[in-house]
This record gives sequence, structure tokens and C-alpha cells, in this order.
Amino acid sequence: MIYMDNAATTMHKPQAVIDAVIAAMGSMGNAGRGANEASLSASRVIYNTRDKLCRLFGAESPKQIAFTNNSTESLNIAIKGLLKPGDHVITTMLEHNSVLRPLYEMEKKGVKLTIIKSDEKGTFDLKDMDEAVIPETKMIVCTNGSNLTGNYIDISKVGELALRKGLLFVVDASQTAGVFPIDVQKMHVDVLCFTGHKGLLGPQGVGGIYVREGLSVRPLKSGGSGVQTYSRTHPAEMPTALEAGTLNGHGIAGLGAAVDYIQEAGQDKIREKEQSLMRRFYEGVRDIPGVKIYGDFRTWERCAIVTLNIGDYDSSEVSDELLTEYGISTRPGGHCAPLMHEALGTVEQGAVRFSFSHYNTEEEVDKAILAIRELASD
Amino acid sequence: MRKKELKLVITFHTTADAMAMEKACKENQTPGRIIPVPRAISAGCGLSWCADLSDREEISEMMKRAGIEEEEMHECMV
Repeated sequence: MIYMDNAATTMHKPQAVIDAVIAAMGSMGNAGRGANEASLSASRVIYNTRDKLCRLFGAESPKQIAFTNNSTESLNIAIKGLLKPGDHVITTMLEHNSVLRPLYEMEKKGVKLTIIKSDEKGTFDLKDMDEAVIPETKMIVCTNGSNLTGNYIDISKVGELALRKGLLFVVDASQTAGVFPIDVQKMHVDVLCFTGHKGLLGPQGVGGIYVREGLSVRPLKSGGSGVQTYSRTHPAEMPTALEAGTLNGHGIAGLGAAVDYIQEAGQDKIREKEQSLMRRFYEGVRDIPGVKIYGDFRTWERCAIVTLNIGDYDSSEVSDELLTEYGISTRPGGHCAPLMHEALGTVEQGAVRFSFSHYNTEEEVDKAILAIRELASD
Repeated sequence: MRKKELKLVITFHTTADAMAMEKACKENQTPGRIIPVPRAISAGCGLSWCADLSDREEISEMMKRAGIEEEEMHECMV
């Protein structure tokens, strides 16, 4: 199989990640639930991963990184834990349902929501965001990269706007964490939501949230913490405040090994390889009659995603043909990005998304180009 | 059971802080080890740093340099 659905999850993981998970499964106790060696071993591995992520994202301290299951949980924590009725929040049409649905829930509770429009290339104008700010505006929540088109959003510019207007800035880094450089302090990010199983190359079921020092977020959950047992309330200190219950220590061990792999292989090198595969694919398919590509390709500074349709064919049919006839895995349909599809005019047809990993090869890309050429000529 | 001695016991707000302490102590070759918080200090569980009383100054200075914040510093029989 040629796997080109890396924006959903990177299926090919570094061997060191697999080894770290297996080692953890043979040795880890419950972190922070005792001072026996097994428990301490888990606590140490988890702390080390926290420390590595702190450095990767330029956080003030490892304490400001809490582990979650995934970006969705992190975004729910940020959106539901920082907004209250009467607040106004700004987001964009580029967002995934993990941003939109929590916002719609908050809207029902009395939060005012403005969604910045996207153009037909899947980008938005920062000026529109600037003009949408009203006295009640509390927060901007915005993606760092569209999971549908791959368009990259320069969050340092959005962060500057948020800083200038005195707003909280929450970033969905699902498509960019591990691949693009992120410095939360330099980019004025108050909350960074990320998952471990995409660009970070870790296991599924582990993600995280960075919260700026001094910012307090109401947790979604309370429960076991390993400290302050006889207190009736969950500890307020980060990261424990957002980590009720046993953590996915085995997954976090894998994520720690994944960050090491990225540092050793070089984040820039990984990204450049992915982008060069994307570019090769794009240039190979863009002139094929009947092929329509979505997104902004005026710059190569974008996530390694090419999303397209062939004529009026249903995207699910095209994706199924790619799999059954050519052994190529892609993602058709709506990609949990309803407003982005509205902006692109692809709600009915959906679209076929090719997303690349640095583990893909030029030969695989060339086979995918040939497949599209053959399907388009049918 | 072994005989109890008067020791320095440092408690923390979170397990992450206790882990930061252990890591910094190892890096700086500061003496001590992680123990469960003695019930004489708190019945609330958690991890603490246990060391000889004579190392108090060295440990405090290292914590300041490393930016590690304690909950409390105790002298107790452990």
C-alpha cells in the first residue's frame, strides 16, 4: 500500500517510537501514584517528554505543558475553559470541527461568535479579523494549517494582532506541530493545542496543551491527581490542573522518542522533504485535464497536502478507485472541515486529499500522478 | 523497621515539580532522593525530596538557580 493520508495520522512511525512504547509497556507503573521504582520510572519518562515538548515549542517551563488525548480534547479545554457567556470570540472558515463544534456549544451558552470568511483559495484576510474585534472580544482561535487545503497560516501575525488588541490567542497546531517551527512566546500564543500522532510521529491517543504561564484555564475534568488526596477540589497548579486521571504513559514514552527523532533528523529537513514531495505531486497533476486542485499554491510554505477533484466524480469513488486499482490510500469526503468545503464549493462532491510524509518516496508520488492521469482520462 | 532520622523533606505542588527537582538534582549532583510525602507532613499523597539536613543550603541554592519552587521545606523524622 502507498499511504498518502498522513494528515489524518502518520502511519509510518520511527522504529525508536515503537521501541519506546514497548519498553514502557514492560516497565511503567502509574506516574505520580507512589515512589516505587515502576511508578517513578513512569513519572520520569513523562516529565522528560514534557521537557522535550517545552523546548520544542519554546514554552516558559515544562509545567506549562499538560498531556491530553489529542488536539480535540485540548481545544475543548481551551474553548470551554476560557470563554464565558457574554464573551465574543473570533475564528475562521478554515477550522476543523474540533474548533467549530466546541464554539457552537459555547454559542448556545451565550458566547458571541464571528467566523472570518475565506476566499476561494482557502485563505483569509487578517484585516477582516482586525475589523471583527469589538469591546467584548476575548479570544481568537485559529488553525496554524488547514487540514483540507494545507494552507499555512502565519500565526505570528495573528499573535501580533491578538497582543495589540489584548486578546487571548488559541492555536490549533494539529497539522503543524512537529513539522513547522513553533515558538509560543515569540508568536504570542496563549494556548497551543496539539496532537502527538500526526507530524509529531508519536502514538495515537496522546496530545497536549500549552498554557501560558499565569493564565488559568477551567479544567474539563477533575479526579485523581496523586497529590492533595484529602482536598475536595482538584489541584489548581499546572500541569496537574488539566491532567485528572492516569495519563497515557506508554503513549507519552513514544511521543518523547518521537521528539528526539525529529530533533535528530532535523525538523527543517523533514519538512523540506515533505514539501518537495507535495510539489512534485502538484506539478505532476495540475495540468491534467479535468483535475481541479484546491488551496493556495502561490507559496510552497504550506503543509504537505494536495486536495483535488476529477471532473464531477464523487470524491469517495475516486478515493476508492485509487485504493482498489492502485493501492493508494487517500482521504475523500468532508475532512471534518464543513466551512472550508463551503468556501471551496465542494460540500456535495467532497474532495480527495493526498497528504505526504517524509517517509514517502518520489516513486510513490510518481505512481500517484500516473493514477490520477489514468483516472482523469477515463 | 529501620531507625528514623531527622531529615530535610521538601514538598511540591505537583508531581511534575517533584520530577523537575529530581532531574535538576541529578544534573547538579545535588544529594537526596525522591520519597513518598511522609504522613507527618501531609496525608495527601505525592512525592517529596528527602536529604540530609546539612545539605539544606546547597539544595536551596540549586533550586533557586534552576527555578524550582517548593511547596514547603520541612525537618522531620523519616
